[in-house]
Amino acid sequence: MPELQNEQELRRGFLVGAIFGLMGAITAALGLPAAGYLLLPGKARRKEVWIEAADLTNLPMNQPEQIIFNRERRDGWKFVTEKAAALVIRTGDQQVVAFSPVCTHLGCAVSWSTNEKHFVCPCHTSAFSTDGKVLGGPAPRPLDRFDVKIAEGKVLLGEVRESKES
Amino acid sequence: MLRSVIDWLEQRTGIESAIKHFLYEDIPASSGWHQVFGSVAMFCFLIQAVTGILLSLNYAPTPGDAHASLRFILTELTGGRLIRGLHHWGASMMIVVVVLHMIQVFLWGAYKKPREATWMMGVVLLLITLGFGLTGYLLPWDNRAYWGTVVTTQITAKAPVAGPYLLHLMGSDNGQIGVQTFARFYAAHVLLLPPVTLILIAIHVFLVRKHGVAPAPVETAPAVKFYPGQVFKDTVAVFIMFTILFLMALLVRVPLGKIADPTDTTYIPRPEWYFLFLFQILKFFEGPLEIVGSMVLPGIAVGLLFLTPFIDRGAAEKLRQRTLAIGIVLLAAVGWAGLTAAAVRSTPNREAWQNFIPEEMAAVGSFRQAQCWQCHGSTPGDNKAGPNLADIAVREDRDWLVGHFRQQGGKSGLRDLQWRQLANLMRKLDDESVGSLGTAPHDAVAGAQVFMKYNCGVCHSVNGTVARNGPPLNGVAARRDRAWMEGHFLDPQKFAPGTAMPAYKFTPAEMSGMLAYMGTLKD
Repeated sequence: MPELQNEQELRRGFLVGAIFGLMGAITAALGLPAAGYLLLPGKARRKEVWIEAADLTNLPMNQPEQIIFNRERRDGWKFVTEKAAALVIRTGDQQVVAFSPVCTHLGCAVSWSTNEKHFVCPCHTSAFSTDGKVLGGPAPRPLDRFDVKIAEGKVLLGEVRESKES
Repeated sequence: MLRSVIDWLEQRTGIESAIKHFLYEDIPASSGWHQVFGSVAMFCFLIQAVTGILLSLNYAPTPGDAHASLRFILTELTGGRLIRGLHHWGASMMIVVVVLHMIQVFLWGAYKKPREATWMMGVVLLLITLGFGLTGYLLPWDNRAYWGTVVTTQITAKAPVAGPYLLHLMGSDNGQIGVQTFARFYAAHVLLLPPVTLILIAIHVFLVRKHGVAPAPVETAPAVKFYPGQVFKDTVAVFIMFTILFLMALLVRVPLGKIADPTDTTYIPRPEWYFLFLFQILKFFEGPLEIVGSMVLPGIAVGLLFLTPFIDRGAAEKLRQRTLAIGIVLLAAVGWAGLTAAAVRSTPNREAWQNFIPEEMAAVGSFRQAQCWQCHGSTPGDNKAGPNLADIAVREDRDWLVGHFRQQGGKSGLRDLQWRQLANLMRKLDDESVGSLGTAPHDAVAGAQVFMKYNCGVCHSVNGTVARNGPPLNGVAARRDRAWMEGHFLDPQKFAPGTAMPAYKFTPAEMSGMLAYMGTLKD
């Protein structure tokens, strides 16, 4: 009886299809939110924060100074106050440049070498000029800069902006 | 290609024949829709495992941090609310499905020889499911969690002889619950119970396979295969369950309340809905009889359940002939529903804004006067130009908030003090209280503003505020009627000779607001 056999096969095909279809739908309904939860960034509610880092009058002309200041950082569900550093150079009467003291190679702390008159990284001897450019070593791009604002004689630091490849 | 990979795997591991062996098991031809619940229960467990692991990736299991991290999951992370909703409602769903599974087995008498051990293993799994619910209840560390667990530990503490030891086991030495209790509940919930459950499920399923699915008393047709006929039915049932669960998680918001406050005496603890009937039973047994309700009766019930296969040893019967079993299930269902309904009815209805102190209640008025609601919704889904306050946690500091208020609501004529009070309120809002921005009655809010204007709070305490020696005002409406209060405001000496309270010549609007506000202050 080939007709009956055919009908049974159709029925079986429907059942198997339904099983896989429904299970697939459930997996997607669970898996997509889970992927979003794990892989997508959360709500970014960043507001502009300017931190008073130094008095303009205390900064010598064209002479890099390392300035340590406190900033509040968001760490997951916590707010932590931590110390942060900036390499600040007064380049004009009302002009200040502030570099992040983090080497663009592998993240070591960069400091000013008074002997060599440029910034050096202690890890792999990358060197940066006073305008942040790479002078030597493996660093792939110039030092990152803070947003800087000057108001009422105070130097205010904002976000760190990643530098472009040189 | 695929075939050769499968063949390779089959030759090395035998996995294909193992799966086939599992799927092509013979089951009685009478099997059908009534036997889907076991698979659905197992799937529920799977969902709890997956969502539980996802939650744990962003959860800090210590008091304080637990609440903050869950708040972070709910208000900051993509899909956080959905995943928490799935886990929360999944727990309830699991209880429902497990109980349905048990009722089915009970009605059909499928626990009879040789399946007694399968049944007893199932009873243990039911208790473990309840254990998951009990330990998981504490983990959000809001008032609900805290006070609910206080009651649980106190009930355990009253057990004869073992009480103090059990209390110690739960990490609660002097009736307090703190870091140790939390650590133990967390460890039980995520480290101890899951593997135990897995092992017991494995044994339970092994026993089902060993004895085969329970047949009808008389099987007329030859056996059929488990796959695909019964697997299809199981899958459809799983899908229906999952759809309901998913919709619940999406549409019914599980509130995260105020962080646990051991000093908050106004909080009225209630257990999760499936324990409400036990909670109600406790009310019938007072004093030394209490353990009858808390230990003896539940103990007898679990004992009877456990021993069911040995009490009912008759031969298998058709469902229609099992009138006694049907009667027992109906009786239990009616009793459970009645007790639960009584417990729900007796739960005092206290709106979230009734817990506000006057300063916060008055700040609701500032929120409305400055028309903050033009940009900010305060209920889920009420999305406007600014962030919906029901979806976020306000984390900005007070100075920033006051600056924001001045800039956006400067025309409302509110002063800095009021902005600061509004900022305080904003930072305190939680899922349960945020709706009050829209729902707190206008006259009572106006009354709270009058209360603040005349500094009534210097002498009178409301909802636990610190005040000088005037009488606390909670429950004042139950002690004095409206006319008395109105007269007393205008001429205190006439109504309470010798009182230190000065007279207040309220405007009619102020008076009606004040009286309305007094009426809302509950004991």
